[in-house]
Amino acid sequence: MSAPAPHASLRGVTRIYPGKSPVHALGPLDLDLQRGEFFSVVGPSGCGKSTLLDVLAGLNPPSAGTVSFEGKPVTSVPDGVGVVFQEDASFPWLTVADNVAFGLRRAGVDAAEIARRVDYAVGFMGLAAFAGAYPAQLSGGMRQRVCIARTLVMQPRLILLDEPFGALDQQTRLLMGDELLRLWRETGATVLLITHALDEAAMLSDRVGVMSARPGCFIDLVDTGWDRDRDSRIVSDPSFGALTGRLWGSLRQESMRAIGRG
Amino acid sequence: MTRSTALAWARATVVVAIVALLEILCRTGIIKPLTLVPPSQMFADLYHLLVAGEITDDIIQTFLEVGTAFAISGVAGFALGALVHALPRLRQALDPLLAAWYAIPLFVFYPLLVALFGLTILPLIAIGVGFATPAMMIATLTGLDRVPPVLRRVARMHRLSPLTTIWRVILPSAAPYLFGGLKLSFAYAFIGVIAGEFILSGGGLGYGIAYAYESFENHKMYALMLFVLLLAVGVNAVLQGLESHIARKRSRQ
Repeated sequence: MSAPAPHASLRGVTRIYPGKSPVHALGPLDLDLQRGEFFSVVGPSGCGKSTLLDVLAGLNPPSAGTVSFEGKPVTSVPDGVGVVFQEDASFPWLTVADNVAFGLRRAGVDAAEIARRVDYAVGFMGLAAFAGAYPAQLSGGMRQRVCIARTLVMQPRLILLDEPFGALDQQTRLLMGDELLRLWRETGATVLLITHALDEAAMLSDRVGVMSARPGCFIDLVDTGWDRDRDSRIVSDPSFGALTGRLWGSLRQESMRAIGRG
Repeated sequence: MTRSTALAWARATVVVAIVALLEILCRTGIIKPLTLVPPSQMFADLYHLLVAGEITDDIIQTFLEVGTAFAISGVAGFALGALVHALPRLRQALDPLLAAWYAIPLFVFYPLLVALFGLTILPLIAIGVGFATPAMMIATLTGLDRVPPVLRRVARMHRLSPLTTIWRVILPSAAPYLFGGLKLSFAYAFIGVIAGEFILSGGGLGYGIAYAYESFENHKMYALMLFVLLLAVGVNAVLQGLESHIARKRSRQ
């Protein structure tokens, strides 16, 4: 029996930023994401993690190689792909409910359906009591939940997250990780998470890709072996430490290189 | 009492105290009637001028000039600001000029404008536009600069067209700066027009004040000055209120 076709894949992808001194940011690299998989990418600072996400999202075309999603080549942001960015990307002039409804309104979805989906997404992210609030009235973690709800409401089949919890404290990050796992289980979406936190990658993922210093390529792909119904309590599992240790073992030399000590 | 209500009361008390002090100084003769008319008299004179319709034409002319200059500068300042923002090289060339604009005494060109347009309201509108447009341009540039790049990426992620991106993301994001620019533009248009009317004009509130001054009509002069003051403060208060309303939504409460 042949292996299932990947949900999204990159083949020989390279990204070079042109200029007086061209910057070779990424690749060449290959990656296959299986449907419904939770895949995290870790790597040293400046290794091209965010470039990888932009290329996969169709926000940044590769200099060479091919990107495909559901069997079709990616040339711009494809239907069915949602992105959550690291920075606060909520619209400060819109209420939480209007932020979440933004994409649906632009897509011409009818009002009753918008109301239904917004209610669900706002409730799912624990923001029901704040539907009429403006982002400035919310904490950083809540604003990021607004952005996740805005992505979730579009019912994406591939969710790309670029260090979404980078600005949050450790406790909030663990809890947000639980929310993300619940979202992943309930939607069945494929998730690619970019993170600099090894524990976050180890806790959330089915597989973790470790990238080299720039130009970023995968130097290790680690299967975590967790059950699908895991949550943040696995940080106390004895194998969690070994897993984080393995990731650091792969990454340490590259991180040294990235800061010029390799 | 909330903090903002207390502040409003404090402001009103200061204004009333200053007016009361002036009233006392004028009524007791410490300030001579030829120097300053008592404030209560100014209000009474203004009321009579308004009721008699004596300054109606001047008010209409000034409103027309300021309104036209404000509308032109708002639209042109925004359009030029957006154009310069889209062309970084043009911006590099224009930046020093914009920075130095308010160091240029624009009124020195007034005789030239009169020679070009005649002694009509056009030179006054041109002076108002010259004063107000760069303020709107600078505000537009600042507003567009401050649109967080991530919001443009969100627009791309939602596959918005360039026009929808401008209308739904860029303009709302830059709105507080654009509104600030409009507020400044109004103030500059008002100053430019009134000052232009002072120098060379056959009508308008500025001309009325200058004419009353030269004719030793102290009561009329102070009444007109009071009207201009009330008008400027009133319009500014309305714009300030709208600006605060926008800002309140975006700041922590």
